[in-house]
Amino acid sequence: MERLEIQKTYKIFIGGQFPRTESGRYYSLKNKKGEVLANICQSSRKDFRNAEVAARSAQSGWSSRAAFNRAQILYRVAEILEGRKDQFISELIVQGSSSAAARVEVEMAIDRMVYYSGWCDKFQQVFSAVNPVASSHFNFSVPEPTGVVAVIADEKSSLLGLVTAIAPIIAGGNTCVVLASESKPLCAVTFSEVLNTSDLPGGVVNIITGSAQELHTHFSSHMDVNAMVYYRDDKAQIKTIKENAALNVKRVFVYKENIFSEDHANPYYITDLQEIKTTWHPIENIGSAKAGY
Amino acid sequence: MASKIIIPDFRKTPPVDQVGVEERVARFTTRSVKKSSKMEGLKMVLSMIDLTTLEGKDTEGKVKQMCYKAAHLHDVIPGIPTVAAVCVYPSMVKTAKEALKGTSIKVASVSTAFPSGQSTPEIKILDTKFAVENGADEIDMVISRGEFLSGNYNFVFDEIASIKEACGKARLKVIFETGELSTLDNVRRASDLAMYAGADFIKTSTGKISPAATMPVTLVMLEAIRDYYYLTGRMVGMKPAGGISTSKLALQYLIMVNETLGSAWLSNEWFRFGASSLANDVLMQIAKETHGVYQSSDYFSKD
Repeated sequence: MERLEIQKTYKIFIGGQFPRTESGRYYSLKNKKGEVLANICQSSRKDFRNAEVAARSAQSGWSSRAAFNRAQILYRVAEILEGRKDQFISELIVQGSSSAAARVEVEMAIDRMVYYSGWCDKFQQVFSAVNPVASSHFNFSVPEPTGVVAVIADEKSSLLGLVTAIAPIIAGGNTCVVLASESKPLCAVTFSEVLNTSDLPGGVVNIITGSAQELHTHFSSHMDVNAMVYYRDDKAQIKTIKENAALNVKRVFVYKENIFSEDHANPYYITDLQEIKTTWHPIENIGSAKAGY
Repeated sequence: MASKIIIPDFRKTPPVDQVGVEERVARFTTRSVKKSSKMEGLKMVLSMIDLTTLEGKDTEGKVKQMCYKAAHLHDVIPGIPTVAAVCVYPSMVKTAKEALKGTSIKVASVSTAFPSGQSTPEIKILDTKFAVENGADEIDMVISRGEFLSGNYNFVFDEIASIKEACGKARLKVIFETGELSTLDNVRRASDLAMYAGADFIKTSTGKISPAATMPVTLVMLEAIRDYYYLTGRMVGMKPAGGISTSKLALQYLIMVNETLGSAWLSNEWFRFGASSLANDVLMQIAKETHGVYQSSDYFSKD
């Protein structure tokens, strides 16, 4: 008897678990020939809310981890991506990439993960400053994570867009909720499995699938989201996001650079989602030493 | 009325079908409450909360702050009720009473060597009288779980009756600490015993032990209240306390009360939530229904 192949159920990733969407809705993903590849969760605003709650509760734990430990975990993600390279390549091919392009995309994703892993325990030194002041104070500024970041990831790439969005956010100690590409969602779900086996605490990254048209208003109006990152070019959506962000003065970043460009390996993507905290520490004014003491 | 009540043998309390209780409880969680009925439900939940602070580190300042919150839950949105009562230690009753002057919010005080109840009967009565003299409207007592579990039901019965006497006009809530009673049969027995001994309210837990209030335990207690009401005609209140921190869960409790006891119990005279963090979650839900966007705890007062 011929063996029946077991099909994978593509689910979403919230708080370190793989639930189905609470709405029960799905859309069918088809290849160029019109064959159904998989049924994908059409996440609702409630899924987003649940994901946000998970991200918020994971935030303080993740940001207070040693920077070096965050680096180790990001590197571990890259290691496991490397180990599952073939799976990602075949998923990209199924979603319409040529085999050469698929290999390039996966390798770039791995390298980008390693790149941001390296920055985890370095960006803080590079972007901190000791400030000269005219009083007896030791005055210094350090970047601190913004908090929970909502992301609408690149539509055209299945894996690289996701990694490019997530890596700088979590490297900086933020947690996030990410809406994956609607037309190429397969790698997002598989990438969740990679994250889940990389010692990344549950809730640090939450990935949902579905329609940006439906969800962008909820992403941008949620009062408990601190920043919003948008990788697509729908002008109407950008306008709504910017308007809604005013509700709680969210930071909004719209990134339009080509996702394959090496410019995306850049520490400023980390610092965009950092708040600068300046501390005035009183020091004793000994003799003539003054503030320089 | 009371003189006609025949006190039953508590060893013969009806046994509880645990599987049946769990299945019944599972049904309560499937009701869909939306839009305007949800709003009314949420407001009802707020009006039933006993806002609680029972910590060793409580200070007068903390209690005053909580009393202010009790009366002004979220002034930004008009039409929000106050909570039913604040619940404090006896030493803080005076402070709370003063801070709540001019409002209809009651002051409840725990007593009888809360939370363990490990003290002499004389001290427990003194503890209760102290709280009542300082102005407590309600007394939350704990039973001696050790005596109860050893089968000394008469001891527990007399204990409750003597505290009831010490309460005077104050309403008496009897805490079983169901997390320590191990079985639903024991919960049912404790409920019967407390009601016959004169409890005005029966309450699940102190909030110091886990598990605190759960839906199965609450259902067993509600059914005991119902049976007692049918037998004697006297209404007894119910207060689940500890572990109820989300609006969704609170609404499910209301559904359970309505479907077990009926709408007569759906007021803060007969049903209370003992909680400290529930109020903020309910407020966030109300604000979400009002403003249409999901809320952040950053915009709500902590205490």
